[in-house]
Amino acid sequence: MSRKVFSFFATRWGIITVGAIIGVLAPVLQKLGNPPNMGICVACFERDIAGALGLHRAAVVQYMRPEIIGFVLGSMIAAYIFKEFRARAGSAPIVRFILGVFAMIGGLVFLGCPWRAALRLAGGDGNAIFGLLGLIVGIWIGTLFLKNGYNLGRSQPTYTTVGWLMPLTMLGFLVLMLIFPQITGQEKNGVFFYSIKGPGSMHAPLIVSLIIGLFIGFLAQRSRFCTMGAIRDFILFRQAHLLLGFISLIIFAFLTNLVLGQFNPGFDKQPVAHTMSLWNFGGMLLSGFAFALAGGCPGRQLFLAGEGDGDAAVFVFGMIVGAGIAHNFGLASSPEGVGPYGIPAVITGILVCLFIGFTMRRQLS
Amino acid sequence: MSSIVDARGLSCPQPVILTMNEIKKVQKGEIIVLVDTDTSKENVSRAAISQGWTIKEVVPEGIGYKITITKD
Repeated sequence: MSRKVFSFFATRWGIITVGAIIGVLAPVLQKLGNPPNMGICVACFERDIAGALGLHRAAVVQYMRPEIIGFVLGSMIAAYIFKEFRARAGSAPIVRFILGVFAMIGGLVFLGCPWRAALRLAGGDGNAIFGLLGLIVGIWIGTLFLKNGYNLGRSQPTYTTVGWLMPLTMLGFLVLMLIFPQITGQEKNGVFFYSIKGPGSMHAPLIVSLIIGLFIGFLAQRSRFCTMGAIRDFILFRQAHLLLGFISLIIFAFLTNLVLGQFNPGFDKQPVAHTMSLWNFGGMLLSGFAFALAGGCPGRQLFLAGEGDGDAAVFVFGMIVGAGIAHNFGLASSPEGVGPYGIPAVITGILVCLFIGFTMRRQLS
Repeated sequence: MSSIVDARGLSCPQPVILTMNEIKKVQKGEIIVLVDTDTSKENVSRAAISQGWTIKEVVPEGIGYKITITKD
């Protein structure tokens, strides 16, 4: 019977394999041009997308990241091949949007998401330890609410169109990127902004990013890879299934970094990172809390959006808008440290998450 | 007489939480869990097995699945 219930990817070795593949591919993407310790960063890449769209005008972080497009479309392809595409929506979308906004704000105070926290650690950035600790504490707080009846209510099956809108949006971004490609030395082409310098200017070739994104999207949809769920399930149920995948990612990224000469241990002068430990911790605490309340890490939300989950799509848009807010209003950190309003934003975000957690409790019969 | 857990439409980890709560409540016997995604099907099955329950049957129902778990 268990053979019927679990495909290879749902087994222990399946999730470990997927974590390992992501762990190898992320540093490879870095080698091919992506920013340091940022081979893949869902929050950073969505922030770059916000910049490409002009939702913020931070000149150094503007690029329509094909990895994100690939994540959504790869997941959709897998969902259709394996007959798992199910259009669904209606589970507190506005709450998911707000959680997405604050998850991004927290992420940009730390300068990363759980994916990048893992990759920063695997690249030797000691500051990531504080981020990962914050992530764990944030998720732990989220589990307290989950244990006490917090939930966002049920989604409903809906028109296929609803499930298609996020993949179509991503497809539209890809088409526009082909129409308006980056022109060297030019900060704008047609509808998209591009970075001339800084992390936004660093990227692997479009086709490579897209193919790797599609591949990871496909694998992650099959395996349900989730960096937040990894920690949450271990805290809630002592269930280590997803955690094995996350640990596998870290180990394989570390080994790949060693091979590629990308492992540089230390705290000071780490790439796209700051050393304000308390706010590395606090930023990721907020992010982890928001991800736990929303039911998935930023990657998982993309994969869910690819398989028809309209609520996850709203969360993703919340994150992209959150990036606009973070950079427009001085909430985002830089290598010099936190932004002028980063600290109050983190505190506000935690209060908002607490408000949502305390007031959205109902026994499900 | 089996009890029914309706986890359709719920995000992670609610289907597992509801199943675990029911497992704690009834201790043994038969529980039917309704889910609407393959992810929930796998997660609920994995959780049931970890608690020493057996997956008796998984059948498609509506857009999702009806999972029957048992423990003697």
